[in-house]
Amino acid sequence: MPSFDPVAIRSDFPILSREVGGKPLVYLDNSATTQKPLSVIDALSRFFSHENANIHRGVHYLSREATNAYEGAREYVKAQIRVPDTHEMIFVRGATEGMNLAAHCLASRVSEGDEIVLTIMEHHANIVPWQVLAAKTGAVLRFARLRDNGELDLDEWKSLFSARTRIAAFTQVSNVLGTVNPVVEMVAFAKEREVLTLVDGAQALPHGSVDLTEIGSDFYAFSGHKIFAPDGIGGLCAPREILDSAPPYQTGGDMIEKVTTEGTTYRKSPERFEAGTPNISGAVGLAAAFRYLEGIDRAAAAAYEESLAVHAAEELVKIPGIRIFGTAPGKAAIVSFHYSAAHPHDVGTILDTEGVAIRVGHHCAQPLMDYLGVPATARASFAFYNNESDVEAFLRAMRKVERYFG
Amino acid sequence: MDDNLEDLYQEIILSHNKRPRNEGILDPHDSEAEGYNPLCGDRLQVYVKLAGPTIQAVQFTGQGCAISRASASIMTEVVKGMDEHSLDAKIAEVMELLTAKEEPMIDPLELGELAALLGVRKFPARVKCATLAWHTLAAALKQSGSITTE
Ligand SMILES: Cc1ncc(COP(=O)(O)O)c(C=O)c1O
Repeated sequence: MPSFDPVAIRSDFPILSREVGGKPLVYLDNSATTQKPLSVIDALSRFFSHENANIHRGVHYLSREATNAYEGAREYVKAQIRVPDTHEMIFVRGATEGMNLAAHCLASRVSEGDEIVLTIMEHHANIVPWQVLAAKTGAVLRFARLRDNGELDLDEWKSLFSARTRIAAFTQVSNVLGTVNPVVEMVAFAKEREVLTLVDGAQALPHGSVDLTEIGSDFYAFSGHKIFAPDGIGGLCAPREILDSAPPYQTGGDMIEKVTTEGTTYRKSPERFEAGTPNISGAVGLAAAFRYLEGIDRAAAAAYEESLAVHAAEELVKIPGIRIFGTAPGKAAIVSFHYSAAHPHDVGTILDTEGVAIRVGHHCAQPLMDYLGVPATARASFAFYNNESDVEAFLRAMRKVERYFG
Repeated sequence: MDDNLEDLYQEIILSHNKRPRNEGILDPHDSEAEGYNPLCGDRLQVYVKLAGPTIQAVQFTGQGCAISRASASIMTEVVKGMDEHSLDAKIAEVMELLTAKEEPMIDPLELGELAALLGVRKFPARVKCATLAWHTLAAALKQSGSITTE
């Protein structure tokens, strides 16, 4: 039975007990990357101590075992996020590579004058690959706007669809606003119009389980490092039919069927898009992270981290001059704010002297910053291993900012 | 840590941040440049009015943290009367001030308000904030348009 104990869970994450600059670490930069539980660290150590070999090519015992670990990780993760039978999951470096690979696979399906619908809350990783595709094909990008509370204006988003719309790409959860988009409804709307969909799941998986069969999107991308797994591994889930008819992405070993001096034929996915030796240990670590999450009651964990974020936000706005970006109902545990008396960089520096790690800057979402009318924000983002004393330390440090700048 | 913070956010820095000298578009001006810090997305415009080869007036506009605004504000007063050559020398001195491992051997009296920037040394991540205005001014003098901190 999955369970959630906010006190016990902290001891699963060794890094949480360290100090920074003589203060206990208060890690509130979870949207940038999450910390790793011992079970993931141990899984990597076990892999390198017992199973390490190259995959898919050796006849020897260890290579078979490593291949099983790698392919076993793929099947296990696919089952955890319920990838439909029609789809395959390519191991990629992370959501960024996932979106680039998706845009690559779709290049031949887009022509001049076709339209791609995005939203203004996207991370650069879900904007720039489409800009590149548009520049190559002559396609046009359309950006949907937001309501004042940071929610997508769904009516406006729908009104952007035309007979020329080919692709709609959108994030499930905003890394700045915490807004949770109604992806099931959005995918269904696009599907009715035969528009291909990509969901950026980078910030969704950290805050709850996802069910790709229910979401129904063509593409879904995520990063392992944001869900307690190592960096350099992630997944792009996509229809086999699209993957196997797309040209190769990188070429080399493992992705070929037959190479002669006349030419080469390519394997089907997933190998088609995994040229060379892949991140084998990363896949093992990713599976270990999902195994760790399987033991956690994700709904209880999400409610807990949201309560921390709500408390932090409620106290934060008591400081005159604080403005919070993103107040949509049901938002994820991310608190982005601007303080009129101090630039986010100054906020970040002062918080750092109290051991409080937050992100300040444009969060790789400059179009959203422009839209909100700020160059940057400060962002405290929570995970289920944070606690009330983290919130208190954050608020204490914010009052220190106020003493300097208020 | 707190001593370092006191050094970084000295009264002089905070007051320049709140009430910068020479903020706003300089009208008329002979030259201008935009500085951009891609790390934080801050943009700074620097306007220069020359009298022959020497700087007569400098003003700036744009968003930025306390360090970059204070540095820009102090700069607009320090560089008056300099030419391109003496500005280059001054920028080298400011860079030395901001990045020196050891306490720089400079007479604080000679530094004037620039001494307030000494506290940045302990915060390597913030050095680029302090140098942005200076590099932008140098670019304006060289008429090279736009620069970034990278
Ligand atoms: C919403 C969103 N999409 C994509 C990414 C890119 O993820 P990665 O840098 O792991 O490729 C991020 C990371 O910050 C993100 O928050």
